Amino acid sequence: MMEESLKRAIILDHYQHPRNKGLKDDPSYMSRHMAADSCIDDITVMMKIEDGEVKDVCFDGQACTISTSSTSIMSTLIKGQSVEKALMIIDEYYKMIDEEHYDAEVLEEANAFDTLSKQANRINCGTIGVKAMNEMLREYQNGQQ
Amino acid sequence: MYDVLKVRNDFPMIQTLKERHMIYLDSAATSFKPQCVIDKVNEYYTKENANIHRGDYDLSFEVSDEYENARKTCAKFLNAKKWEEIVFTNGASSALNLVAYGYGQKFLKEGDVILSTEAEHASNILPWFKVSEVTGAKIEYIALNHDGTFDIESFKKAMHEGVKVVTLAHVSNVLGYIMPIKEITKIAHEYGAVVVVDGAQSVPHLKTDVCDLDMDFLCFSSHKMLGPSGVGVLYGKYELLDQMDPFMLGGGSNARFDICGNILLKNPPFKFEAGTPCVEGVLGFKRALEYLMDLGMDNVQKYGHELHAYFMERMKELDNVEVYNPHAQTSIVTFNVKNIFAQDVAAYLNKMGIACRSGNHCAKILLNVIGASETIRASVYLYNTKEEIDYLIETLKGVTLEKCIGASL
Ligand SMILES: Cc1ncc(COP(=O)(O)O)c(C=O)c1O
Repeated sequence: MMEESLKRAIILDHYQHPRNKGLKDDPSYMSRHMAADSCIDDITVMMKIEDGEVKDVCFDGQACTISTSSTSIMSTLIKGQSVEKALMIIDEYYKMIDEEHYDAEVLEEANAFDTLSKQANRINCGTIGVKAMNEMLREYQNGQQ
Repeated sequence: MYDVLKVRNDFPMIQTLKERHMIYLDSAATSFKPQCVIDKVNEYYTKENANIHRGDYDLSFEVSDEYENARKTCAKFLNAKKWEEIVFTNGASSALNLVAYGYGQKFLKEGDVILSTEAEHASNILPWFKVSEVTGAKIEYIALNHDGTFDIESFKKAMHEGVKVVTLAHVSNVLGYIMPIKEITKIAHEYGAVVVVDGAQSVPHLKTDVCDLDMDFLCFSSHKMLGPSGVGVLYGKYELLDQMDPFMLGGGSNARFDICGNILLKNPPFKFEAGTPCVEGVLGFKRALEYLMDLGMDNVQKYGHELHAYFMERMKELDNVEVYNPHAQTSIVTFNVKNIFAQDVAAYLNKMGIACRSGNHCAKILLNVIGASETIRASVYLYNTKEEIDYLIETLKGVTLEKCIGASL
């Protein structure tokens, strides 16, 4: 378990200084608007994948601390990774949220959410941006087959 | 004298809250139920279980009788002229849909206008979007003041010969402002328009006299006024109900039909009530109405106003909070803590044992009129106390972004 004060600092940092924030006006990006799952968070995530590699991830929207910071953190984790590695990281993240056995090593700062599963009302916040990334990675993968 | 402590003793959930160290400020979403209502629902299943309007045995007759008495109790509660004007539905949403479908879709045509406001609950505007799509009638909106308040002059300006239906909430679920329904119906009727009132947030709190206010239709839910969920009411003037189509057809709503497809529907209210209704819910709702009448709706309204005024007064002490409905008189306080997202504050309040709601409350007014899309809504009802409000105020005084994040770890 990550120490609570550290978790708090990580989340606050990513909320106040979100990484990869701001959308790109570039048709080579895939895009997902996540607004239908909850009537409160409204996030758009964009991703550019080329030659099996996540070249860029960015996002924007109106969102709470947990959704902003989780999206920001995950964007840093998968940017520059191969599609397979990115999907593996996201799988580990979902395992953590689902209280299954997971590999904490690969999640780095995302370990800040290692007790989010206990807060039923926030799980959606902690997965909204990650879900968008997961969908786009899988869409790319399916398109390759 | 209204004795809130005595009232609280009637609600088992108040005891549950004590055990869970919680206070409940979300009665606009749904209210608690007094023991007598819970007992009644139980009693139906243990002592009276039979279908209504069917069967040739005493048990069925007795429960049918009690079901019909609920209609009479409800007519009395609203001061309706006839019990036939009370239609039981599944809730406010289904009552509002019934009016839109049964009256709107039947009588409106291209070029007609439905007049509403931008502060409506989704359940009172989406059905009219559909009416508009199907009939070609147009929806127009009464301009609200910049702070979301309603001005009768704006209503007069918005009214014209083309308006056939005026539909609005007596009390909005976002801002809690009370609409001057009596003036509205008077003006609308001069133009020959019918007025549909969404009473989901008003009937629980305000003494409602459908004759005095001259409403054509009134829709509300049992579960927001101490009764069981799964039950609602459509009140309609008899002549209007008589012309209207039912939303559903089936058992209990027809008098006879033949193989050629001819159907003779029953008279209102029965033609609207096809299928077995939520019998235990209606019986429980009758108890809730009796409970409210015993307390006296005048007293309930007065206590509600007092408590709400106290709530608003105390909110003004807080520099870190912005209140969006300072002119509201009952039930609802809508606010934000400055610079903290509503949902984060709600998570903190939850951690501190306070139940209230964050969201955009299914109305787009806040964004357009007030400039905040997400807010927190706290709402009080007849069992809430000043001490509970004090606890919320003290909690809000100490809220910080760090604490809000901590609440989710
Ligand atoms: C103003 C208003 N209208 C309609 C409804 C819908 O009520 P129900 O969900 O009971 O059908 C609500 C409930 O939140 C409401 O606040």
